[in-house]
Amino acid sequence: MTERVAVSHLLRRLTFGPTAAEVDAAERAGAGATLHKVLEPIGRTVELPDLDPGGTPPKGASREEKQKARQAARAQLTTATRWWLGRMATESGAAEKLTFFWHGHWATSAQKVRSAPLMLAQQQTFRRYGGGATGPLVRAMLRDPALILWLDGQKNTRKAPNENLARELMELFTLGVGSYGEADVKAGARVLTGWQVDRAAGTAELLPRRHDDAPVTLLGSTGRFDVDSYADLLVRHPAHAPFLAQRLWVRYGSGTAPGPETTARLAAAGRTGTSAMLRALATDPAFAATTGQLVKQPVEWLVGAVRQLGVNPAKLPENKQKQLLAGLRALGQVPFRPPSVGGWPVGAAWLTTSSARSRLQHGQTLTALAGAAVEDLADTGRDDRVEALGRLLVVDAWTDRTAAVLRAAAADPRRLLALGLASPEYAVH
Amino acid sequence: MDTITRRRFLTASGVVGAGALAAGGSAYALRDILATAGDREPGRILVLVTLYGGNDGLNTVIPYTDPAYAAARPGLAYDDGQVLALEDGVGLNPGLKGLHKLYGDQRLAVVRGVGYPKPDRSHFRSMDIWQTAAPERPGTTGWLGRWLDTAGGDPRLAISFEPVLPPLLAGATSAGATVPGGALTLPKGVTKPVLDGFGTAAAGESPAQARAAGCFADLVRVQGLMTDVAAEAEEDDAEGQATATGGQAPPLDQQLALVARCVEAGAATRVYSVSLGGFDLHADEKTAQEALLTKLDKPLAAFVERMAGTKAGRDVVVAVYSEFGRRVKANASDGTDHGTASNVLLLGAGIKGGLYGEAPSLTDLDDGDLRHTVDFRDVYAMLLADVLGADPERILDGWRGRLTFS
Repeated sequence: MTERVAVSHLLRRLTFGPTAAEVDAAERAGAGATLHKVLEPIGRTVELPDLDPGGTPPKGASREEKQKARQAARAQLTTATRWWLGRMATESGAAEKLTFFWHGHWATSAQKVRSAPLMLAQQQTFRRYGGGATGPLVRAMLRDPALILWLDGQKNTRKAPNENLARELMELFTLGVGSYGEADVKAGARVLTGWQVDRAAGTAELLPRRHDDAPVTLLGSTGRFDVDSYADLLVRHPAHAPFLAQRLWVRYGSGTAPGPETTARLAAAGRTGTSAMLRALATDPAFAATTGQLVKQPVEWLVGAVRQLGVNPAKLPENKQKQLLAGLRALGQVPFRPPSVGGWPVGAAWLTTSSARSRLQHGQTLTALAGAAVEDLADTGRDDRVEALGRLLVVDAWTDRTAAVLRAAAADPRRLLALGLASPEYAVH
Repeated sequence: MDTITRRRFLTASGVVGAGALAAGGSAYALRDILATAGDREPGRILVLVTLYGGNDGLNTVIPYTDPAYAAARPGLAYDDGQVLALEDGVGLNPGLKGLHKLYGDQRLAVVRGVGYPKPDRSHFRSMDIWQTAAPERPGTTGWLGRWLDTAGGDPRLAISFEPVLPPLLAGATSAGATVPGGALTLPKGVTKPVLDGFGTAAAGESPAQARAAGCFADLVRVQGLMTDVAAEAEEDDAEGQATATGGQAPPLDQQLALVARCVEAGAATRVYSVSLGGFDLHADEKTAQEALLTKLDKPLAAFVERMAGTKAGRDVVVAVYSEFGRRVKANASDGTDHGTASNVLLLGAGIKGGLYGEAPSLTDLDDGDLRHTVDFRDVYAMLLADVLGADPERILDGWRGRLTFS
């Protein structure tokens, strides 16, 4: 593997699709320095868009008032989604991708939360704690208003616990199936009783009268737990670090599970923090062999394309922004709207006839926005355009069959670019 | 969790993995299925309805005369004035009016207490168990996929109208077909040579990239759908439902309408998989479940009546199941948490209406949950033998139990 191919692979996986210029710089700097540089921005909080906290309309509000409140909440969510896509497209490091990873991991949907400010506050938690050790992250997430609303946490009370949050916390967020029993779910639910969300204030608070503070036996330990000691129990559990290593691997490494050695190496590195786990992943001997093994998620496909084509989605006119979001909807992945608490699919589930068709169509949409990239291709000699396209889209090599299709379209740079974006090579990374 | 969709199960289960993909589990056009008209082997047809999210069995087939029922579920229980009475002190949810009528005609069989040993309360794991029919260790093949392996492996024998293959249709050497109902018109300027070119296999490419290429070859097959026999179905298809990854199945009435068309056209297909999601109601369950059950009842009852009216339709058997029922006791949010045994509903050819299986006790519980009285593999064995004419032991890892109608 050449240094260029190696850093291209690294950047395609750790960031939202590198530009040709970023690959040039990385090739000069070398893989080690590049890795250091992309991991560096992880852990920084950002200035969120200024949105009115809103809250629910008062009891007894009229139908019109309620409808108005719903419309306002939807408009805020669109604003938040565009803001995030804009950041993904303009920030070059690994932070935005890792934030997106955590969003899919603690998959919370605005469909039920119905509040952009709460979704953004959760995202800020991912940014603040997402690169470090998982203890502070889990502690913060158990107080996260959006997550509590999403998994019925505010309905979980001493009188009759609701198990939804406790079960998903262990099954999907920290341990995985098989590392806890039904008694742990019931005990965990009791530990998590009593939290109430104030939508307007954007806070969650423990109400002692709704909380069950009786001792429980949880994951082999008996005593009185609170959210912090529960979180600590989870992150110290022997299944936690390997579980997280596997979850990270299927998004950054390969769609199939990592081997035991890789899992062990990642898990060991992860004790320092998730940034360190990512570093271990990118330097693992198994990583280099994973080129082309991962199917791009639609957000990765679209954001990678706009970055490489030099399009800033946040600066597009309203109707063009709508087009981009429609593309994501057609491909089945809209930020802040995971399909369920299990997050988005991995791998071949994204590859269907309808997604192939959507990539053909939205390849054309994207090309229509990419005047400068099209001009650059037009300025390239016709025989060199297919190769130039590979450089632009950071595709290591076209197969003969794809090269033949592209060569046939080379006379028309727009058509060439649109087909390149839809090609099988560009659907994976 | 608000909406459980089948995509989530695909994500977690990993069942549709190497086997199904290697076997080329892929999208077919409706006309590919209709083109098999007249090829059907004599025998019955199975329509399997999966309810994703864990439907509350106790509020579906309701033991309203059992005092333990109302006691366990204040605020959530139905009383004798509300249920659609069957017999023996049980009644159907008020949302199931069509099925109630079919029961009155002795055409609906309710199998009670269906489950498996050591029940798992994870949606994913339990759905894997139901779809693979392997409770001890969910494998990588679905029970109907294994049937397909033994039936010759033609994907058109077992189909789903959802964009992604459900795990139950993935065999070891073959896989059922997905037949998206919606139109797949091509963007301007995208020509057949482009699709043929991208759809050509290339030496040495990764499996993922090969699959991406394969989708273009599949797209070629789907061409002409707009102007062809499927025009009617496409007009039915709501724009908003078209996601690429199977997150959202088309509405149940659309899926069943496509099944009806294929059956009436005499398609070779023996197994149809359809689904309805959203049953994971941890809070404010009563009205939401009733509305969902109505969404099941209306299209299903209409489908059963439509099938009864045609010769081919009279070969159809429908089975309805979910990955688990819910806890006997309501939670404080007027919902229920994940439970265990529940009902399987059966309708159609050779199904004698009535109540089957022993209703689980509401007081002799296993850690707050119902104890199952019928193993779900008994139901599968009956469907395999009586509907598909197959040897259940071969497909169900030597399982010998079988539900009988007596």
